[in-house]
Amino acid sequence: MRRFLPFLLVGLAFFLHQDAWYWNAATPLVFGVLPPGLWYHALYALASSALMWYLTRAIWPEHLDSN
Amino acid sequence: MLPTVIVFAYLAVVLYIGIFAFRHRGAHEGAEQFFLAGRAVGPYVFLTSLFGTHMTAFAVLGSSGHAFANGIVTFGLMATAAGLITPVFLLVAGTRIWALGRRHGFITPVQMFRDRWECSHIGTVIFVVQAALLVPYIVIGVMGGGTALGAISQGAIPYWVGCAVVALVVMGYVVFGGMRGTALVNAVQTTMFLLVGTTAFLVIGYGMGGFGQTISDMLATPSQAPLLSRERISPLYFFSYMFIPFSAIAFPHIGIFCLTAKRLSHFKHTAIAYPLCLMAIWLPSTVLGVVANRATEVPAIELKLEARQMLATPGASLTPDQRQALRRQADGEDVVIQLLHYYAPVWLAGLLGAGIMAAVMSSDSQILALSTMFTEDVFEHYGGKRRFGEEAQVKLGRAFVILVTLVAYAIALWAPANIFSLATQYGFSGYAALSPMVFAALFWKRSTKWGALAVTLWAAGSVAATAVFQAVVPAPPPGQSLSVLGVASWDLIARTGTGTAVLGFAPVMPMVLVSVALMWVVSLVTRPPSAATIARYDV
Repeated sequence: MRRFLPFLLVGLAFFLHQDAWYWNAATPLVFGVLPPGLWYHALYALASSALMWYLTRAIWPEHLDSN
Repeated sequence: MLPTVIVFAYLAVVLYIGIFAFRHRGAHEGAEQFFLAGRAVGPYVFLTSLFGTHMTAFAVLGSSGHAFANGIVTFGLMATAAGLITPVFLLVAGTRIWALGRRHGFITPVQMFRDRWECSHIGTVIFVVQAALLVPYIVIGVMGGGTALGAISQGAIPYWVGCAVVALVVMGYVVFGGMRGTALVNAVQTTMFLLVGTTAFLVIGYGMGGFGQTISDMLATPSQAPLLSRERISPLYFFSYMFIPFSAIAFPHIGIFCLTAKRLSHFKHTAIAYPLCLMAIWLPSTVLGVVANRATEVPAIELKLEARQMLATPGASLTPDQRQALRRQADGEDVVIQLLHYYAPVWLAGLLGAGIMAAVMSSDSQILALSTMFTEDVFEHYGGKRRFGEEAQVKLGRAFVILVTLVAYAIALWAPANIFSLATQYGFSGYAALSPMVFAALFWKRSTKWGALAVTLWAAGSVAATAVFQAVVPAPPPGQSLSVLGVASWDLIARTGTGTAVLGFAPVMPMVLVSVALMWVVSLVTRPPSAATIARYDV
């Protein structure tokens, strides 16, 4: 399972990008300024960075350095 | 006047950095020094220059212009899609390109394809298609420069002069500085834009009476409230944009940049920071583009809104020329600069304008990449280096930079499309269609040169077909679509206000999927390279 987890997480992130549930919603404004569609994707960008942090540990190609 | 002076001072500094790099390395450097900075770029410069070269005018002017017309959807459409796909590809494929480049001494992706698939002329075909697809990307940098300088000078600098100034400055530091100068300039530009971009965002927000108030006012206005949701773009179209960032790993300038890293670990920091850097540039640009719709007190923006209103008026009898002129007037690619002029103090508008120029002028790496590809994939491959020497190769590279810049300048004056559509429909889509070839070369032992050729021809053909289709079928008014080919109630191919839709998807998605199928099927029915060659790539 641990071997496939990085691929599962990337696949999950790919589909979570399609947040159709807030498609036509302009409210509620998060912090009184961000529409939900924008707020979700700002969080998504932060989560992507966290995912990259995990991937650089889980699938880092160490062997390429020694080559 | 003052903002223009500050921007010109900034351009002089940028030019000096390129000349400084030239003096530092000397005029008689070798090809690997000139084209790859000696494969010795450090971690910070690697991140900022790789990011800077990926973004260009598209990120600031294109994104805010797109958001001005389409709303908040712009951020998810391009920024967060690229924030996931690009770093994953850098981790998986970029690191491998780096390792193979070191092991076999490659300077360009085509050198790798030729060696990997034991081919010569097919490599030349790939070079031609890659070079042709890179031209729109270079053109948008020049167009962005013309647009930005015109807006910063409040029209005092005509578009053609602005384009020429930016083209000359970029050409200057690329010719003198090569990859080292280009990387340094990109690092400075990216740092500068990230710093001043935040300031611009805050100053404009304050000037408009706060973003919270402005957004609330938009919600209360029926014609503007849709810009705060994503209803102007369909979910299918949005989904297909996930395929646009596939282009990143197939861009020759990104592939070549991957070879410049001094250590493999530089990719680690770059991958983690990439989504954050994207957010830092695209989120403010998107918000500013959206709220610009409320800035009716800014005369230039008021004119744009009036033009948009006329285009959208049902039953308006407009000639094609009038419609084209109104489209140009409604184009929002300079709205951030117009907001700066109106809401920021003059000196700050100059500094922030220089920051915007920093982001706009990132076509340097693409120009250098084209020059590198020509000298390595054509001149060196066909025996030029053997006959005339390495110094002649570098001189030819410099001459080619001048030629490419002049061609890009000429096209920028003629190109009718806006920056966003030019980049996504031709540059990005074409390279996205080439991405399966890059992955096949790196990971699939059974892949063949014939599969690569099929993918290359498909990418070129589909981009050309899209261009011809959009030239023949005029765009309908904004928000509408015109069915050109349909079965029952299904629109197979439709012309939309922003481009083309295939079964409701952007063309990039079928282009990539057909590429995958072609690579797979054609490779399976043709002979693979020798076992010895395949073994050399088993890293």
